[in-house]
Amino acid sequence: MGTEIYQQLIATTTGVLLLTAILQVWGRSLVRSIALLAVQGAALAGLVATVGIGAGEPEAVAVAVEVLLVKSVLLPGALLRSARMIGETRERPAAINTAVELIGAAGLTLIAYIVGTPLVGPHPDPARQALPVGFSLVLLGFWLLLIRRSAITQLIGFVVVDNGIATVSFLISGGLPLTVELGASLDVLLVVLILGVLVVRMQRSQGHIDITELKELHD
Amino acid sequence: MATLIWVILGLPPLLAVVSIAFRRRYWTIALPILAAATLLGVGIALVSGVLASGPVTTASGWLRVDSLSAWMLVVVGAVAVVALWGGAPSASAASTTTGSFAALLNLFLAAMTLAVVADNVGLMWVAIELTTITTAFLVASGEGRYSLEAAWKYVVLGAVGVAIAFLGVALLSAAGLSIEGVGVSWVGLMTHAGALDPGLTKIAGALAVLGFATKAGLAPMHSWLPDAHSQAPAPVSGLMSGVLLSVAFYAILRIQAVTDAVVGPGLMQTMLLTAGLLSLAVTAGLVITQRDYKRLLAYSSIEHMGLLALGAAAGGSLAIAAVLLHMLGHGLLKSMLFVTSGRILTFTGTHHISEVHGLLRRRPDLGQPFLLGTAGLLGFPPFVTFFTEVGIIVAGFTRGLGWQFAVALVLLLVVFGGITRNVLAMTLGPGDPVPGRPKWWRRVPLWLPLAASAVLGFAAWPLSAPLLAAVAALGGAR
Repeated sequence: MGTEIYQQLIATTTGVLLLTAILQVWGRSLVRSIALLAVQGAALAGLVATVGIGAGEPEAVAVAVEVLLVKSVLLPGALLRSARMIGETRERPAAINTAVELIGAAGLTLIAYIVGTPLVGPHPDPARQALPVGFSLVLLGFWLLLIRRSAITQLIGFVVVDNGIATVSFLISGGLPLTVELGASLDVLLVVLILGVLVVRMQRSQGHIDITELKELHD
Repeated sequence: MATLIWVILGLPPLLAVVSIAFRRRYWTIALPILAAATLLGVGIALVSGVLASGPVTTASGWLRVDSLSAWMLVVVGAVAVVALWGGAPSASAASTTTGSFAALLNLFLAAMTLAVVADNVGLMWVAIELTTITTAFLVASGEGRYSLEAAWKYVVLGAVGVAIAFLGVALLSAAGLSIEGVGVSWVGLMTHAGALDPGLTKIAGALAVLGFATKAGLAPMHSWLPDAHSQAPAPVSGLMSGVLLSVAFYAILRIQAVTDAVVGPGLMQTMLLTAGLLSLAVTAGLVITQRDYKRLLAYSSIEHMGLLALGAAAGGSLAIAAVLLHMLGHGLLKSMLFVTSGRILTFTGTHHISEVHGLLRRRPDLGQPFLLGTAGLLGFPPFVTFFTEVGIIVAGFTRGLGWQFAVALVLLLVVFGGITRNVLAMTLGPGDPVPGRPKWWRRVPLWLPLAASAVLGFAAWPLSAPLLAAVAALGGAR
């Protein structure tokens, strides 16, 4: 693979990762947010393949296929199923308006670049240079967890955080051993499946899935 | 010896399959107890085996039992026997879900076992995440009205916290990237500590400890703990409070050892001191006015995790040996107390401290162990917790953390007062004895841990060698 194509592929995939996360903060439709999650998963798989092939590790293709399957097909599928089962397709009215949410997202991305750049150092590798995108994703995921009230969006936020962490781990270390990557993504899949079941049970027992209403347990 | 590792990893999943196959049968509830007893036996065998002939490695280096791992296996096994035996639902409470309950308990045991025998840091991470996954439905199946809410908070916070730890693991792997053959194994990281990238290791260690501290219930990441531990069924509360927190703390100890070897002890000491003192302060602030006795026990677990953090911050062989022994002592007593509180809940039908009176007279079979167990928890001699707490505090003062440990002592005193007041209100007072005594096999699991923790403190001769070997495993990758 030529250096130029390599650079462009890294830039494209990380760009898509960041763009989808920003759009998730912007939009209010749960279905579209889940669709964006699928695109994000595909971009992550593309990034894994690019970094792996660039480093001459054929094992990375297997990891990329597995990432594509879990993050782009199974996870969004499970989320969509939960959302359909409880008939919730739009986010609840938020406490703050969209402009503030987007300004917050921009600020967090900026912070990610400021924090991430010293870690990158004077590394010439474009993969290392893209590291702040991973940190942005982590922070944007936390931002979603913070500003949204629907339990489904909380799940989406959790997956975005996880995508960000996966991005950082691939960009900085070329990924952990295949067994660990497999175990890690299966774990995340199971967590999302379990939370999906809990969301459905919550809807049945309370009639809503607003997590700000979860305050029966306190001191 | 390597076969033994495969036995404790393979048996629980096998028993889980059997439980699912016969899920309507009451006897399936005995299978996790069998797995726990096996784990305890194998743990003891491995402690003496490793002491005699060095660490056991298998699965081409992915699994490795050194003195510390072997000790943790004993802790997990011993606490699990108490929690599962004592907390087994009675035959009348059995239902069609008994088998699935038993299956999840078996898988939970297997996940904790994998977490302490994994030498690969990534594999350990996977195992710790698996403990959240296997316990999610166990918490949700609790008798409390709000178990669903508790399970939601538990899984979301646990998963996010552990995800942050994954970032730490990835950065740790990056820190050793330039060195041939390090991978991310504990033994590799410890032997090549001098060659690891210090900048990356610093961030990696901080993130990993932050993440695993969420799972260990250390303040300020503790908010899920009182909810989950008070709403889960008694054996699950006992296991989670008694030993799952310690397994997460085991991860912190390993991370601390690597980070200290690379960048010196300053960073980890500051983090653990802060978390420890905050945990004690949170507990001190909330035990006095606490109204729910299961939450009271849960807050006490936060306090004890804070003590472990302070011990780890102090460092040195006295403090670390005390920390490891405290895990066992606290685990035995806490799981026994959660089991007892589950029976108190069945007897009285209420979570409220103010609605429980005169247990010593009405139900001496519950009141006596509850009062004695609390005494152990508060660190009265002859319980082992007395010796370990004194050990941790002495180590703190001798290693130059004077004012921090003075603050800790004051906070401990407040906690002491709060817990004593509430537990005395429950156990003392008038009341008429309720006829009927439980069968001997329901009483033994309450008295056995009490007896064990009363004797352990004097068992210095058989325990000191394995404990010091476990301390050495944290210092020199032995």
